Amino acid sequence: MTGRGGRTIKVDTLARVEGEGALYIKMAGNHVSDVKLRIYEPPRLFEAFLRGRHFSEAPDITARICGICPIAYQMSAIHAIERALGIQIAPEVRLLRRLFYCGEWIESHALHIYMLHAPDFLGYQDVIEMAKDHRPVVEKALRLKKIGNHIVQSLGGREIHPISAAVGGFHKVPAKSQLRELVSDLEWALEASLEAVRWTSTLEFPDFEQDYEFVALRHPTEYPFNEGRLVSNRGLDIDAAEYEDRFAEFHVKHSNALQSVVRGRGSYLVGPLARFNLNFDKLPEVAQKAALEVGLKPPVKNLFRSIVVRAVELVFACAEALRVIGEYEPPAAPRVEAPNRRGVGQAITEAPRGILYHRYAIDENGLIVSAKIVPPTSQNQKRIEDDLREYAAQLAAWSLEEATWKCEQAVRCYDPCISCATHFLKVVIERD
Amino acid sequence: MLILGCGNRQRADDGAGILAAERLRALGIAAQVCSGELSELMDAWSGVQEVILIDAVVTGAPAGAVHVWDGQSLPVFAMSAGSTHGLGVAQAIQLARVLDCLPARLRVYGIEGNEFEIGNPVSPQVERAVEEVVQRIASQVMGTSICDSI
Repeated sequence: MTGRGGRTIKVDTLARVEGEGALYIKMAGNHVSDVKLRIYEPPRLFEAFLRGRHFSEAPDITARICGICPIAYQMSAIHAIERALGIQIAPEVRLLRRLFYCGEWIESHALHIYMLHAPDFLGYQDVIEMAKDHRPVVEKALRLKKIGNHIVQSLGGREIHPISAAVGGFHKVPAKSQLRELVSDLEWALEASLEAVRWTSTLEFPDFEQDYEFVALRHPTEYPFNEGRLVSNRGLDIDAAEYEDRFAEFHVKHSNALQSVVRGRGSYLVGPLARFNLNFDKLPEVAQKAALEVGLKPPVKNLFRSIVVRAVELVFACAEALRVIGEYEPPAAPRVEAPNRRGVGQAITEAPRGILYHRYAIDENGLIVSAKIVPPTSQNQKRIEDDLREYAAQLAAWSLEEATWKCEQAVRCYDPCISCATHFLKVVIERD
Repeated sequence: MLILGCGNRQRADDGAGILAAERLRALGIAAQVCSGELSELMDAWSGVQEVILIDAVVTGAPAGAVHVWDGQSLPVFAMSAGSTHGLGVAQAIQLARVLDCLPARLRVYGIEGNEFEIGNPVSPQVERAVEEVVQRIASQVMGTSICDSI
């Protein structure tokens, strides 16, 4: 709409960001005077809900925080509690957890690449409009997502929220034959992912590079899921236990989610770009080759190219799932005992959209005394505002409609998961 | 026939579809629950001719109002106001139409919600509406009224 002395565009609903939120940008000429991203953060409510519960309930409770990445919440919770209790898991269980995470990455990345973000690049309002012209692409996305979902179901059980993951292992582990059934679908998915890398690399990317501090896990031998030290391109190299010493959270008036900064430095970026840039050498050869063939090599500093990086990670997740299934032998026992014991444990795992930090303090009866959860979107929140401040200034010459569209596209680069369920992102740009 | 209750139990009235499915199960009627996510829905109804879907909706009507729509001709306002999921029920129906994989018969029961705070219980109006929907579906499925058993 057009107002007196300036223009304001308001986009009432934008359904392609999971969760709910609003973006407000105020401009005077080329100068951006204000950027506010408002998000709602249910993990903080869950922190209170977890207090007084037995640690064994945490995987099930935290899986309910997010409908898109329940595995991430389960994995961070379980690893943090296992550290608090001093539990060592069986190597077979460790492998199964990697497969579990592969399933979630395949589901989440397929959804984001094809159904949430591609419509932006191709100029469609949404995936429904896109499907009219690109039916095979959308059908491929649905099949990929289904394959990811089958992996999660084969390990997690149950409708909606997976329940099989437990402190110490799994309540039930699959037979070797059960996992072998996934192989032919995964072989198709690997080919489809390679095609996704080629396809996304042909999209048109706005010229927007920033000097990010990338933060991701790094493991000595693997592309990271559940383990590793937390590193950055500016020298950070810490254990999860040091996270709260090196990162600060603070409250801003306009959002109920806390914002995060690296202490003494500022905003930082988590997610596919950070992982790719810090762990390229740990990608399997098939994924490295796919990236290099389309000219993608670290450091990738253009946020919009994250759609290609997600496709490379899709290749990785399919290849890794096939590797794990090939090596899998059921463990002697699905899980090790987890006795009640007083302790504090922290863990970081790589959710599809970036690092997810959990800390639990547990008493001698196994009850949770305190819980802290820092989700990836709240860690990216300040970075999103910093980027949009720069990006909106570059869009001053564009019409408000186009500028708003481009800002929405930019926000979706972070694949913000602003909790599960309700889904409104309102984008408002005001120009004086 | 497939009966699907969609929603999120953690978000007050958004749990309406799940509650309805559970009530139907308690009455011995097979019903599935799901989050209402697009690909999950399209997977669930793949190859099924007749589907009944129950979900919370926001159309501006009073809380607890029950809407019944034919999935083949779901009105535009219901599509855009839709359910409370990202790519959810409304988009799944729209996409299935484009991809020619919408069930031949799809009836959507929309229960109007107005309270979606995390951790809050379902509002009393929505709870009553759930019972109404359960009764209507059970009557349809069993061919008899089950008022006495509710």
